[in-house]
Amino acid sequence: MAGCTSRCRQGVLKFMQSLRRLVFGTLSKDKIDDELEMTMVCHRPEGLEQLEAQTNFTKRELQVLYRGFKNECPSGVVNEETFKHIYAQFFPHGDASTYAHYLFNAFDSTKNGSIKFEDFVMGLSLLLRGSTREKLEWTFHLYDINRDGYISREEMTEIVRAIYDMMGKYTYPALKGDVPKQHVDAFFQKMDKNKDGVVTLDEFVLACQEDETMMRSMQLFENVI
Amino acid sequence: MAAGVATWLPFARAAAVGWLPLAKKTMPKPPIDKKSRSDEILFVNVSGLRFQTWKNTLDRYPDTLLGSSEKEFFYNEDTQEYFFDRDPEMFRHVLNFYRTGKLHYPRHECIQAFDEELAFYGIVPEIIGDCCMEEYRDRKKENQERLAEDNEAGEGGDAPLPPNSTSRERLWRAFENPHTSTMALVFYYVTGFFIAVSVIANVVETVPCRPIKGTVKDLPCGEKYSLAFFCMDTACVLIFTFEYLMRLFAAPSRCKFMRSVMSVIDVVAIMPYYIGLIMPENEDVSGAFVTLRVFRVFRIFKFSRHSQGLRILGYTLKSCASELGFLLFSLTMAIIIFATVMFYAEKGTKGTNFTSIPAAFWYTIVTMTTLGYGDMVPNTIAGKIFGSICSLSGVLVIALPVPVIVSNFSRIYHQNQRADKMRAQQKVRMARIRLAKKGTTNAFLQYKDDGGLQDHDSDSTALCVKNRSAFEHQHHHLLHCLEKTTNHEFTDELTYSEVCMTESVGYRTSRSTSLSSHQGNSSSCCPRRAKRRAIRLANSTVSVSRGSMQELDTLQVHKTSLAPQSRSSLNARTEDLKLNCDDRDFTAAIISIPTPPANTPDESLPPSPAIPGILRNSRSGSFPHDPVKISSL
Repeated sequence: MAGCTSRCRQGVLKFMQSLRRLVFGTLSKDKIDDELEMTMVCHRPEGLEQLEAQTNFTKRELQVLYRGFKNECPSGVVNEETFKHIYAQFFPHGDASTYAHYLFNAFDSTKNGSIKFEDFVMGLSLLLRGSTREKLEWTFHLYDINRDGYISREEMTEIVRAIYDMMGKYTYPALKGDVPKQHVDAFFQKMDKNKDGVVTLDEFVLACQEDETMMRSMQLFENVI
Repeated sequence: MAAGVATWLPFARAAAVGWLPLAKKTMPKPPIDKKSRSDEILFVNVSGLRFQTWKNTLDRYPDTLLGSSEKEFFYNEDTQEYFFDRDPEMFRHVLNFYRTGKLHYPRHECIQAFDEELAFYGIVPEIIGDCCMEEYRDRKKENQERLAEDNEAGEGGDAPLPPNSTSRERLWRAFENPHTSTMALVFYYVTGFFIAVSVIANVVETVPCRPIKGTVKDLPCGEKYSLAFFCMDTACVLIFTFEYLMRLFAAPSRCKFMRSVMSVIDVVAIMPYYIGLIMPENEDVSGAFVTLRVFRVFRIFKFSRHSQGLRILGYTLKSCASELGFLLFSLTMAIIIFATVMFYAEKGTKGTNFTSIPAAFWYTIVTMTTLGYGDMVPNTIAGKIFGSICSLSGVLVIALPVPVIVSNFSRIYHQNQRADKMRAQQKVRMARIRLAKKGTTNAFLQYKDDGGLQDHDSDSTALCVKNRSAFEHQHHHLLHCLEKTTNHEFTDELTYSEVCMTESVGYRTSRSTSLSSHQGNSSSCCPRRAKRRAIRLANSTVSVSRGSMQELDTLQVHKTSLAPQSRSSLNARTEDLKLNCDDRDFTAAIISIPTPPANTPDESLPPSPAIPGILRNSRSGSFPHDPVKISSL
């Protein structure tokens, strides 16, 4: 009996569908995309010798780097969206978009919203083959969002929040209370020597060089490439 | 994680320097990278075409053949390259996948070849890029449908019935495939004839005949010879009823059968007669009775069992139902609009035909379909203007859905053509395969004749034996081993039959249900022997055949000249042979495949004069004995 009713229902449904098709026909509207804007921006980097001179990489390393870069971005530039997307792949647990934004700005030396290969390679050269001072300077520029030469408490809070966002919700121990704020307070305690509420480049470098553990950690990233 | 971002990982790790000042704890030690950092170029040789690529490129997809250590199996130390014996054209696409991360499907390639290559290289087809995915899926679906169709056609109704099928199953089969047995065919044609007779009788019934003597008025023939027509009608209805009841009995699923279209048509064809019998000669009801007689014309639809074209037409209409529906709907809309307009335009005219809007429907329909009877004509200027607009738009509205219907019909028709052609070609293909198989058997027997099974040490080994390939030697050795295992020898049909005849073992008549009247071209004094040979060699139709009863190949008995020693050796083992002669059920290599009804059997016949006698299955039954006497492999 149940089968009968279900069959009846199906039959009625089919009939209604065919009636509908009869009235409206089976034509579907044509979707016309008039706007096919193909903005193909192509960028070529400077010559290999120049880059070799400007950076601390060998020719072979530059070649490997460029091949990888060109493969991912055939147009020669990375825009912020792509960059965020790529960076987010490495941190699937949380939300890496904010930090990626700051990172993007740190690499984008020309501030035109896209990273060229030169920016990419210069940044890497600093981070991997640069002196300690250069690395610290790069980090300072990363933290200094508005590029005014000072790291304020608000900027630092934003950066720290962005980093904690990448962790996601499920951490151990659980994120209770305003952990970023405490982290920022600890940071300023350490860095802000003259307690004027902002950290300058010199204060930053000095405070970092005093920190033994950090100096040791700096050496860890030499062999990434 | 997508493999493409592997390129960015070093960058992300480098950027981790930015966390150092904030870090509360020390950073962990980085993993030691054992691989050499410098990238190397790999050489991949695919059937002579040399490809070169970075090792990094291939490493991007570690779960494929080229990305994993599986490729080491193909490494050639001498040439320092990876060698694959595959299609170089396809490899191009596979390598492009590694390079760009997107797999594209080349449109000109066969879908199966492409699938096989992907399977070999360990790539799942699901990652085909969006640009090519639709095409790939369509082709794959089409291919699968085609294969299913072929399988259906191949096995479908042609397989022989299992021996212990009930009479009901046999009956159903006879109804569905009338070419399986003579009786079914006869019945098929008889019903067809009676359908025609019934329809013609219905038509002729109404033709006016010369009036009976004494009256003036012309009578329709039906009333003049009412008894004759009644008898004819009764006979037809009896046949139809009988057929319907038999089908109902034989149907595997009666419920489903009763719901099918053909069954409904059958019922509608015979019901009016019975209703007419049952109903009394009542004045009121006779009007309805006359209406019922109209339904007798539905008998013409019974022809669709007999005609494939009708079925195709019906199927086309069914598949275009939505287009037809749309046509109807748009026509209705137009009719209403124009009828209204014409009515109001012609309202003022005296004595006009456009008395109401429904009355104007007739005018609109006749005008839109460009019939133009002229029984209703507008008189006012406005009416004429709207009338012309009406006829112009009618042409447009009707012309629109027609190409859709036509293309549908064309597609279905060609599909059917293709199916029929495929069936015809199957026979040719199977014949060629049979020929090849026969060749193998004969090769072995020839090998034995040439003394190939003796020791090869002696110099007197025949040259022809020496010239055989290593494969042949090994294959023949294998067959020889089988012979030794079973203590019986392979032979060919002729020798076997001759030995059997010399044994004079009793014959049982063949169980073939129908024999065509062909005789084999052996003239013999022994009628039974001849019959037996005829059974074997002629066109027996025990094996199921759809279509005509004739076989594809003309058979000739090819007298292979056997070397004397083999025959004597055979005669030496007569006791063994005796056992096997009793049983007629020797294995047949291939069952003949019949012609389809559409094609004449002769046009697809390749002349095959060199084929030795090919066995037919005289009984596709059990094989109680060991498969020893294998006359054809």
